[in-house]
Amino acid sequence: MTKQFPPGTYFMQGNQACAEAAIAAGCRFFAGYPITPATEIAEHLANRLPQTHGIAIQMEDELAALSAVIGASWAGAKAMTATSGPGFSLMQENIGYAFMTETPCVIADIQRAGPSTGQATKCAQGDVMQSRWGTHGDYTPIVLSPNSVQEMYSLTIRAFNLAETYRTPVIFLADEIVAHMRERIIIPPSHEIRIVNRKKPRKTDKTFFNTGKTPPMPSVGDGFNVPVTGSTHNKHGHRYTADSVVHRQLVEGLASKINKNANQITNHEDYNTENCEIIIVSYGCTSRAVYETIELAKKKGINAGSIRLKTLWPFPEKAIQTAAKNVKMILVPEMNLRQIFYEVERVVHGATPVLPMNKIGGGEMITPEELLAEIIRGVSNID
Amino acid sequence: MTEFSIREYLRSMRLPFCTGCGNMTVISCFLKAVHELGYEDLRKFVFCSGIGCAAWIPSPHFKADSIHTTHGRSIPTATGVKLVRPTLNVVVFGGDGDLVGIGLSHLIHATRRNLDITVIMVNNMIYGMTGGQMAPTTPFKAKTTTTPYGNLERPFDATQLIVAAGACYAARWTTFHIDQLRGAMKRALTTKGFAFIEAISQCPTAFGRRVGLKTPKEMLRWFKEESVPVQKARKMTDGDLVGKIVIGDFVCRERPPFTKTVYETIKEAANDTQAS
Ligand SMILES: Cc1ncc(C[n+]2csc(CCOP(=O)(O)OP(=O)(O)O)c2C)c(N)n1
Ligand code: SF4
Repeated sequence: MTKQFPPGTYFMQGNQACAEAAIAAGCRFFAGYPITPATEIAEHLANRLPQTHGIAIQMEDELAALSAVIGASWAGAKAMTATSGPGFSLMQENIGYAFMTETPCVIADIQRAGPSTGQATKCAQGDVMQSRWGTHGDYTPIVLSPNSVQEMYSLTIRAFNLAETYRTPVIFLADEIVAHMRERIIIPPSHEIRIVNRKKPRKTDKTFFNTGKTPPMPSVGDGFNVPVTGSTHNKHGHRYTADSVVHRQLVEGLASKINKNANQITNHEDYNTENCEIIIVSYGCTSRAVYETIELAKKKGINAGSIRLKTLWPFPEKAIQTAAKNVKMILVPEMNLRQIFYEVERVVHGATPVLPMNKIGGGEMITPEELLAEIIRGVSNID
Repeated sequence: MTEFSIREYLRSMRLPFCTGCGNMTVISCFLKAVHELGYEDLRKFVFCSGIGCAAWIPSPHFKADSIHTTHGRSIPTATGVKLVRPTLNVVVFGGDGDLVGIGLSHLIHATRRNLDITVIMVNNMIYGMTGGQMAPTTPFKAKTTTTPYGNLERPFDATQLIVAAGACYAARWTTFHIDQLRGAMKRALTTKGFAFIEAISQCPTAFGRRVGLKTPKEMLRWFKEESVPVQKARKMTDGDLVGKIVIGDFVCRERPPFTKTVYETIKEAANDTQAS
């Protein structure tokens, strides 16, 4: 194999697509700890990164894995880790650290069935709220949700681009189904892939944190004498923990850096939403049953459409609010006990009924038939 | 070489340590060692430290790049830095709680890998920053705020542990032995491989006064009187060594540094790829 993955059409596994996309995006450092169903990302990168002059290291645990990624990022490398629920839990403290220190990095969480060790090899969507609120304190993460092998590729590249654009950790929240599935994927030639590289400081720059926009990021060893700390700090990086104004400006500033660009970050896919009476809001593996459901509903004389979320956070509020104005009902299927449902309900704010559809699959996905039954039940309740 | 002036290496800001704290001694030993090795500034250095009083030694006080990590995670962060920038001198400072409590696993694994960094552990035998709770290094039976009946656990011998894990260089000195401590720091910084220094240090605020050593001076006298050179200690019985502080170079050996192995492998993998 050559350094650059040859463009073309392939039959590929989701995790491998994610790993190749990382390389295409410029990732040159991976640190991880083995865990099903994310391990193939580590294995693939262990093989491929050295070929591209990159480094892949297996650390002693997930705490170390994300720490090493943060260190590598400050040393100037685009860096990522990959894990699943148990490891994602262990990473939470450092996710907050990466957010607070404005450290670009990508954390792939390939969801499996929890809580705890749960079902290592089975699919679930139980980490959605953890990806939003997992670390302590107030913050706004960026969380992406792929639903195909193609998106395991394209959204991984986007994750790196967003991490560098906003100097922030990005959570790539996939699931076991999408990660382990093999399907057709088109790898584009490198000139067609948009890559965002880190904004570097000029020699005279002195402010590297919380500037209101994305501040330039010096690398350690480049002579900027930058102090990096997860404690409250001023624009130069100096710890400043006694001052209420500095703390307020930092926490609000870091959140607003993401929030005020929410329109650029949020992303969803509309399908058959024109003139439909029902909208299904879904994401990840669950969304794969939706297209067939729409066909089944059509046969029953029900015109259903779909909004599929490609970013979970920031939450695509406007898309859902707009859609809610014209439909009789919104259905939110999830492989958890209601996580995005409450978010949809919050933004719809009574404009139309919102119905949850939840399944702790234990290995079974939500089927189009189950979704259809829910739609029919919902419609008959409204009519 | 210019004359040593500590201000050249420190930001003009007040150091946060209590009067008489051993961290001050560690700072001056380290910066002098750096100067004597010919570094006029800290450009070629990156400092990583976790959480605790000792972790404040480099950050943000040294005029240098420093990464002040979460509690216990300085060494894996340093691992990422060193792997990406192998030509930089990566130095970790931390307390005993940070490095052999919450972060112990990372310390052992970095030693096992022979990661070419220097780790300076300031062992004050207590959790200083949080106000004097038991540490994994607290002497048996010592009273702390969380061991009001005396510490029921046996303390770690961190340096021995690191020797066993495969370090290229490991030494223990105290803040009483400033020349030897500085010398050990110079050896550590010139070691090609993992180097570890345990600096036994006084925390008068959260430890000394609670164990009947009322002043920093009394603590230093304790270090002086109870210290035994490692060569002599090897001939002593376990019983004789109770309460003693064994000092000196524990190990000094050559082993292939981690970044060398990593970069050789990358070179091979990348070349093979280009050829095919
Ligand atoms: C995850 C986590 N747990 C606990 C703490 C609280 N904490 C701060 S410093 C410290 C102990 C530091 O002790 P040591 O490393 O020995 O350093 P010293 O202050 O004695 O120099 C603890 C437990 C923390 N900051 N983070
Ligand atoms: S509490 Fe102890 S270790 Fe911390 S600064 Fe004071 S004397 Fe030093």
